[in-house]
Amino acid sequence: MNQAIWAESLTKKFGSFTAVDAISFEVGQGEIFGFLGANGAGKTTAMRMLSGLSFPTSGKARVAGFDVYKQPDQIKRHIGYMSQKFSLYEDLTVQENIRFFGGIYGLSLKEIRTKTAQLLEELDLEWIAKTQVRSLPLGWKQKLAFSVSQVHTPSIVFLDEPTGGVDPITRRQFWEMIYRAADRGVTVFVTTHYMDEAEYCDRISIMVDGQIAAMGTPEELKRDNNVPSINELFVQLARHTSSK
Amino acid sequence: MKTILFIIQKEFKQIFRNKSMLPILFVMPFIQLIILPFAADYEIKNIRLTIVDMDQSVLSRQLNSHFQASPFFNVSYTLTPEEAEALIQHNDSDLYLEIPPRFEYRLLKEQRASLHLSIDAINGSKAGVSQAYVQSIVRDFNKEVIAEWVPQLQPRALAAIGQPVDITYQNWFNPDLDYNTFMVPGILVLLITMIAGFLSGMNIVKEKEIGTIEQINVTPIKKYQFVIGKLLPFWLLGLMELAIGMVLGKIIFDIPFVGSISLVFAFASVYLLLILGVGLLISTFSNTQQQSMFLTWFFMVIFILMSGLFTPIESMPHWAQVLTWFNPIAYFVDVIRLVMLKGSGWVDIKQTFFQILAFAIAVNGLAVWNYRKRS
Repeated sequence: MNQAIWAESLTKKFGSFTAVDAISFEVGQGEIFGFLGANGAGKTTAMRMLSGLSFPTSGKARVAGFDVYKQPDQIKRHIGYMSQKFSLYEDLTVQENIRFFGGIYGLSLKEIRTKTAQLLEELDLEWIAKTQVRSLPLGWKQKLAFSVSQVHTPSIVFLDEPTGGVDPITRRQFWEMIYRAADRGVTVFVTTHYMDEAEYCDRISIMVDGQIAAMGTPEELKRDNNVPSINELFVQLARHTSSK
Repeated sequence: MKTILFIIQKEFKQIFRNKSMLPILFVMPFIQLIILPFAADYEIKNIRLTIVDMDQSVLSRQLNSHFQASPFFNVSYTLTPEEAEALIQHNDSDLYLEIPPRFEYRLLKEQRASLHLSIDAINGSKAGVSQAYVQSIVRDFNKEVIAEWVPQLQPRALAAIGQPVDITYQNWFNPDLDYNTFMVPGILVLLITMIAGFLSGMNIVKEKEIGTIEQINVTPIKKYQFVIGKLLPFWLLGLMELAIGMVLGKIIFDIPFVGSISLVFAFASVYLLLILGVGLLISTFSNTQQQSMFLTWFFMVIFILMSGLFTPIESMPHWAQVLTWFNPIAYFVDVIRLVMLKGSGWVDIKQTFFQILAFAIAVNGLAVWNYRKRS
């Protein structure tokens, strides 16, 4: 099976409010899948259901071949997750964060050492390995969080607005990291607000009011909807619903 | 198991890097242990006694000197009962003793004389204690008078007057009635309860508050691993606090250790499990450290006031005594006093030990059940 993520009529309701309304989609292994939508469109909720942090109200979904209802622990072994809010430990050093998360993912001490050296080199952070994370600039923190989310070499990573509030240069570097991960065969499921980033994705979906309003490769979407950019399409879709 | 060790290592690093945590751990215990036993002293001393001696005789002076010699009274004099009453009205005196005119004459001739005692009884227990002190001094004085002034009557007439039954006291387990001896073990209990209860509860909620728990919940870590890894450091710290507290108690207050210290620690280790469980349970209900603080505080105040530390449980109304069955602090205060001061052994505390163990299992079970990795 080359589907990394498969969802059918996946729904989440909070009381009478439907945050995610019967969305269905597939993501292939090694794909970079962009998950676009305005604030409150249901992106994070959908992602939380797929990564085992939230129970779906109804619908079906499989992640890395495992059922979201019955095999959440199996899913967690195979995915990495980077939340919207920076959630590494600020009072631990760069090295200690890598060590801790490596440890609770069950890596051996030797694996942790190798992984730490490798990640620090990739990030070019060897010189501040023993600095507490709180003193790093946001962009570095985000890159570190991305690396830590892959400390156990997952086959899928979920990134929730990873580049929010990050400067353009760091954003570019961040996307280079995403590409490198995809080259290694990792499936990247990423939400974003930046429409230029949407163009970097293999395929994107645009969520509006809990539903998927458009899905396809950036080129297909631009051609089919006759718009010059994804930005244009996004504004059209979002305006359409707000005037409804 | 390895996973748990990684969590414990992380917790200890964070605890020792936390600038506000260290003083709580190491300074608070010292201050509490040094100040509280002095403040929580129920011994009533420095009672302000006014004596109105309207007899001015040898015997009345002899009685006066008894009061002056007592460590409990600060004696002053007025000439009339009205003046003495005014002093009490202005809160310059706690009680006055009126020695009527012809006191000596009556005592010697009629072999009976009366004294009048007026007490400010706003603080009822203090009034009661003062009265008891006065009576005991008058009793001593009585015996002295009989022995000194009526020797010719002895022994037959003495029997006729009615030699009071002489009660001698022997205080067991705290022979000098030293309040520190009584209070310090109890305060040790408070100390480790607060450390374990507050810090463990706040610790888990802190991860919720800053969002790091999300990154934990997305790992395949098991609930029990996370909970053990989180609580074990505080369990160790609690036992360490107890050890520090005991050493301080010994050095500063010379608290006797009659019973087995290892028994106290054995009980404490089960007790801490229970308290940590309460903290954990509270943290599963709270989303912010503030909520957790208030909830913990609510329970702490009730538990502490109803623990028998400051007031005996036996004198509480029945319904309140029933409530103390669910108060862990009450059990440990009782046990630590029994073991440290009375030398009670395993057999004496066995039942309480298993009760606390049962509570600990129940509370922790409930907490783990209520802790959700997934919403």
